Amino acid sequence: MPNPVTDFFEALTDRTRTRLAERGDAQKTIIQIGSATCEHAAGSQDVLEEFTKHIQASGRDDVIVHKTGCTGRCSKEPIVGISIPGRPPVKYERVNREIVHKIFTQHIQKGAPLPEHALDNSLDHQYAFEFVFCQGLRCNHLGGLKESFEQLLRQHKIPEDQVRVSTHGCFGTCSEESVGQAAFVLVRPSKVVYRVKDQTDLELILREHIRGGRIVEPLRVTRKPISQDFFDLYADVSFFSAQNRIAMRNSGIVNPESLEEYISLGGFKALATALSKGDPEWVINEVLKARLRGRGGGGFLTGQKWKLATQNEEKTRYIICNGDEGDPGAFMDRGMLESDPFSVMEGMIIGAYAIGACKGFYYIRAEYPLAIKRIQNAIDLCRAAGLLGKSVMGSGWDFDMEIRLGAGAFVCGEETALIRSIEGERGQPKVRPPFPTTRGLWGKPTCINNVETFANITAIINYGGDWFAQVGTEESGGTKVFALAGKVKHTGLVEVPLGTPLRDVVFGIGGGVQDDKALKAIQTGGPAGGFIPASMDTLPVDFGPLAKVGSIMGSGGMIVLSEEDCMVDISKFYLSFTQEESCGKCTPCREGTTRMLEIMERITSGKAVMEDLDKLERLARLCQQTSLCGLGRAAPNPILSSLKHFRDEYTEHIVDKVCRAKKCVALVRYEVSPDLCIGCTVCARNCPTEAISGNRKEVHVIDQNRCVKCGQCYEVCRFDAVERK
Amino acid sequence: MNHQTSTTDNWDAVRAACLEILPEHIVAFIEQNQDLEHSEGQLIATLHMVQAHFGFLGRDKMHAVAQLAQVPLAKVTGVATFYHYFRLQPRGKHIINVCLGTACYVKGADKLSQRLMDDLGIQFGETTKDGVFSLDSTRCLGTCGLAPVVMVDDQVYGPVTPGEISIILEKYSRREKSSRL
Ligand SMILES: Cc1cc2nc3c(=O)[nH]c(=O)nc-3n(C[C@H](O)[C@H](O)[C@H](O)COP(=O)(O)O)c2cc1C
Ligand code: SF4
Ligand code: SF4
Ligand code: FES
Ligand code: FES
Repeated sequence: MPNPVTDFFEALTDRTRTRLAERGDAQKTIIQIGSATCEHAAGSQDVLEEFTKHIQASGRDDVIVHKTGCTGRCSKEPIVGISIPGRPPVKYERVNREIVHKIFTQHIQKGAPLPEHALDNSLDHQYAFEFVFCQGLRCNHLGGLKESFEQLLRQHKIPEDQVRVSTHGCFGTCSEESVGQAAFVLVRPSKVVYRVKDQTDLELILREHIRGGRIVEPLRVTRKPISQDFFDLYADVSFFSAQNRIAMRNSGIVNPESLEEYISLGGFKALATALSKGDPEWVINEVLKARLRGRGGGGFLTGQKWKLATQNEEKTRYIICNGDEGDPGAFMDRGMLESDPFSVMEGMIIGAYAIGACKGFYYIRAEYPLAIKRIQNAIDLCRAAGLLGKSVMGSGWDFDMEIRLGAGAFVCGEETALIRSIEGERGQPKVRPPFPTTRGLWGKPTCINNVETFANITAIINYGGDWFAQVGTEESGGTKVFALAGKVKHTGLVEVPLGTPLRDVVFGIGGGVQDDKALKAIQTGGPAGGFIPASMDTLPVDFGPLAKVGSIMGSGGMIVLSEEDCMVDISKFYLSFTQEESCGKCTPCREGTTRMLEIMERITSGKAVMEDLDKLERLARLCQQTSLCGLGRAAPNPILSSLKHFRDEYTEHIVDKVCRAKKCVALVRYEVSPDLCIGCTVCARNCPTEAISGNRKEVHVIDQNRCVKCGQCYEVCRFDAVERK
Repeated sequence: MNHQTSTTDNWDAVRAACLEILPEHIVAFIEQNQDLEHSEGQLIATLHMVQAHFGFLGRDKMHAVAQLAQVPLAKVTGVATFYHYFRLQPRGKHIINVCLGTACYVKGADKLSQRLMDDLGIQFGETTKDGVFSLDSTRCLGTCGLAPVVMVDDQVYGPVTPGEISIILEKYSRREKSSRL
């Protein structure tokens, strides 16, 4: 039966294929450069300019620059990838103009890569082939295939530095398989996926692929692993291969400004599937089966929310993408909006179709200008291509969207406040129920979902809800993206299956604590969340377990704290944030946070008494139980959870007047050690308040009455003579 | 535009007065929205445009917006004061934003703030006497991986040490001086 949507999609992909083929990029050397806010800050625009100059000067028309989004490897940016046809791609870290020159003249022109600049030393081991065995639930059931293969390699004396064997989470190629029927193996850089059943298959691969360099066609499958394109480029870097990229499958490999590239990576297939079925209920059922829970913090089942919206008689319905990302210290949503805007967009259009919405809104914070620009570009391109507007993809269903800007109010991330903000009002929350799915924007049924929630939808449609569910836990399907920051070696965006132990994220992927200090706690959930002490670092990341220890999953901020951080000080920091951001509508939140902050100030300045702790706890519970919206209800969480796990630090501040991390200024004293001071006068010259006296070559003394405890002297003394007590 | 003339009989004079205050593209934006459904929802977008043009929202500008969009001035100021992003005072030529988000805080943003206040001789929310710098803070620029970060106008710097502050400031003040010569 001819289907207008299928026809539309085929014509679209054909057009794209032809146009990309005309570009002929497959035969060219590609210089891949990240372009996102963080990459720009690290200097990627200089790098881009320098490469462009070099290409022009060399006169080579077979070398092109490919602008992509960001992979999320913040601490190593700018990252540059070089793909020369027929050779494994090479990635470089912290590239600057000088390194560009070296890369261009040596690697691109002469074919000699530069191991000393390679990302995470990834060039130290160059293998001819890498065999990645799926360790997903279904494949792994067959058991032992990887080990058999390794044994086989040894038996046949294949040199260890030629072939590497590794593992990865579910590829998503198994959606039509039942448990234990076969396992999938991905071969890099050959871009081949094999379906393997037994020893005979493995022997065949060894003989043909490794020895003969020929692809074993009978074993080959054309179903594409979910993050294959990402994997092809980055699997040799353990920061990435330890992740499971679903929401971020295209981030860092696709040009975020090119609809064609997105389509060539399988884009809009999911929307075509959904629309051609002509059955919104089918979409909702897949999402329900996936057990996808909202990634904005609440963790409400997305399928359930969509279903509620459709149960309303009112036919004018809206859908909103929450890109307010208010948690200070989180940047997952910015990453996805900037690096793969079309995935978020496609997921949102599918959602709109499922609930029967006529109009969609992106609510994006004004602090993210690049994300705004890229989403606007994506909207324009989709509209021009018939993917938005009248009769989307020829389906007869009309849908369009526009962007609305936030204006720096954290509370506007809360759904009822967000709606008021779109309506042009002050963003103050309303009492729920009625929930927005009943009465939302302009009184109409409205679904609000987070950016990452939408980014997962296409994968659910393409690979099946059942498949998505088995990636996560019993309770929640799929992965979660975390913004790993704070005192961790490798900061960046990290996507792991729900249920992964915290430890694996912080130590396995994050590389552990900066400067090898001891881990004190991991903070999740931002100002609405809490602390997980180091002793609980095996806790699986999932909504339930995190809530049980007094934190929350939140939207994905993950801040690593070391022994150098003071828990009282950090808790005060969060509280001052929520106090400032309280919209002032209800008393427990407005006054409660203010009073609690006063107590916290007293504690950190050494002026509190033990009764203050009880008062603090009482206020915290009151604020938690009686505030109107999530902001006020969650504001005490950092306090309560630090009281629960780090009460001794509070008592130290109150009773002993000591801050063991030396963070609370009022409790710290600077003194010059007479034994170590040689009288170099550097401290005295740097002190802003002239609190240090002493002649050249004589021991210096700090006047405690004048000292403002800025710590300058401590930092500048080269003889460690200034002591912090 | 029909409902506007019905509320004011000296509409042409009002409009002309607004055009003296607001640039043409903003007036056009407001007028074109008036014909749309839910036009009141565009107030925040309008204020963003005004701030992008003038750097802040002055009383006369908010008044003009209220007049043109036919909403009470109290509503315009109510919205403008609710959202932190909007500024009601004129600001310096270069806006320095210190990130006070969590990631930057634990990496020492407080030290950067102190150094900036010392070097510039102003507090947060203030502008230097020569009108070159305004000092502001922001909650997370989404570049936490580079913490601690400071943003000057649209340029993000990170990770920044207190020692590097003077180098960054120098870059901008030098540019100012040379442009004045
Ligand atoms: C104070 C407050 C701030 C919030 N900020 C955000 C935010 O920045 N981004 C977000 O997606 N959700 C935020 N939420 C949660 C939203 O209210 C809402 O639950 C979410 O956007 C729903 O999408 P989801 O079901 O896909 O998670 C916030 C909630 C509260 C109470
Ligand atoms: S809890 Fe706080 S932020 Fe929420 S409505 Fe009340 S005052 Fe406003
Ligand atoms: S801590 Fe600061 S104010 Fe105190 S003596 Fe040292 S430099 Fe001077
Ligand atoms: S379990 Fe192996 S591909 Fe899914
Ligand atoms: S906390 Fe400073 S950029 Fe995120």
